[in-house]
Amino acid sequence: MDCHGLPGVVINIAAHGRLRRGASVIPDMTPIEFAAVTFAISVGAGIFGSVLGLGGGIVVVPALTLLLHIDIRYAIGASIVSVIATSSGAGVAYVKERLTNIRVSMLLETATTTGAVLGALLAGIIAGRWLYLIFGLVLAYAAYEMWRRPHRAADAGAPTDRWGARLRLSGSYHDAALDKEVPYHASRTPWGLALSGVAGIVSGLLGVGGGIIKVPAMNLVMGLPIKVASATSNFMIGVTAAASAGIYFLRGDINPFIAGPVAIGVVVGALIGTHILKHLRRSVLQVAFTAVLVFVAIQMLWKGLL
Amino acid sequence: MNPPESHLDAPSDAACRTRQMESLVRRVLQVGLLASMVLVLVGMLLFGAVHPSSLTSSESLPALVESGAKFPHTLDDVASAASDLSAEGIIAAGLLVLIATPVLRVALSVVGFAFQRDWVYVGLTVLVLLVLLGSFLVGKAG
Repeated sequence: MDCHGLPGVVINIAAHGRLRRGASVIPDMTPIEFAAVTFAISVGAGIFGSVLGLGGGIVVVPALTLLLHIDIRYAIGASIVSVIATSSGAGVAYVKERLTNIRVSMLLETATTTGAVLGALLAGIIAGRWLYLIFGLVLAYAAYEMWRRPHRAADAGAPTDRWGARLRLSGSYHDAALDKEVPYHASRTPWGLALSGVAGIVSGLLGVGGGIIKVPAMNLVMGLPIKVASATSNFMIGVTAAASAGIYFLRGDINPFIAGPVAIGVVVGALIGTHILKHLRRSVLQVAFTAVLVFVAIQMLWKGLL
Repeated sequence: MNPPESHLDAPSDAACRTRQMESLVRRVLQVGLLASMVLVLVGMLLFGAVHPSSLTSSESLPALVESGAKFPHTLDDVASAASDLSAEGIIAAGLLVLIATPVLRVALSVVGFAFQRDWVYVGLTVLVLLVLLGSFLVGKAG
């Protein structure tokens, strides 16, 4: 439903026959080697996902399918497990650091979960091609905005709106890179809520991770600091992923021999990632996130135009 | 310059309750994560102990990870496999604990917000829980 990484992209490539020949042949490895490689990939996915607030799916799905030629079903199943593991693993540290804003997460979660159900119901009614184009353009615009105004959200002076005050969305966190307490407020809350709904619909429709919309929505629109946006997105995606994970588990898509090493690796990666985020300069994080936005935007536009 | 007393008390009381809420959430995540990691690790080690020769043979990998691999994937399967101490059953049980943790976290947040007498957020959290439940039922039916 939410945050499955980019399975659609991989399916598309496979459907075009470019990978057909290798797709069914898993590499010549012993189970120990396989577990070790999967673990190593997952540590990377956990670091990446916990720092950027995207979950690990964006790394796990391509790595498992393209590198290890694992069946796409098992890859998506493992990717959902990786999203949950990143969310919980990083959540322990981020809640303690007060980077996670629990109220913001609960408020926006109402919109993402509802949106995701709506998206799942709308799937098949709306043409995918236009969706990819629109989604690609939205992400490209978000990348442009993040590039143009890298420090917009860093200013603590942003005024709160009525909703933000009424729902007590303000907070503060200690930024280890700046060595000071950074207070912040939420503004344009209705827009943030609307965009979270869109994030839910898009992830329900396209199976693309919602974090890629949630982080810009919280950072650029609601004016939350990028670290808070990333940590809060991380926190949220675990819940939506858990709902779909139950379905995938019962369907037999979560293979313990693949998802097991993935889960352990991702948790290790997430624990490393939380230390990195704490000390990372906000501008570096914003540049990294912009790069990922550009990358995913190009993929989506490519899919829409093909 | 001094704010009235009520203004001094109110934020610190609210902040204190928010801390309690945060520590509740953290504890749920910690316990769920630890339990699932222990189960997955034990299951993987057990697999190695039971099938030591297949661990180092590349011929045994396809049966484990290729499409059509056999492993427990319903609640009954997992429960019986885990109680038989089968390796894949224990790993699967660990993954189920991992999956259940965020949902449990939301459910306990309802209690946390109720303790804070924050009824707006009790409502919002219950709404999320209901949608999650609904999506699960819809998915299961379809």
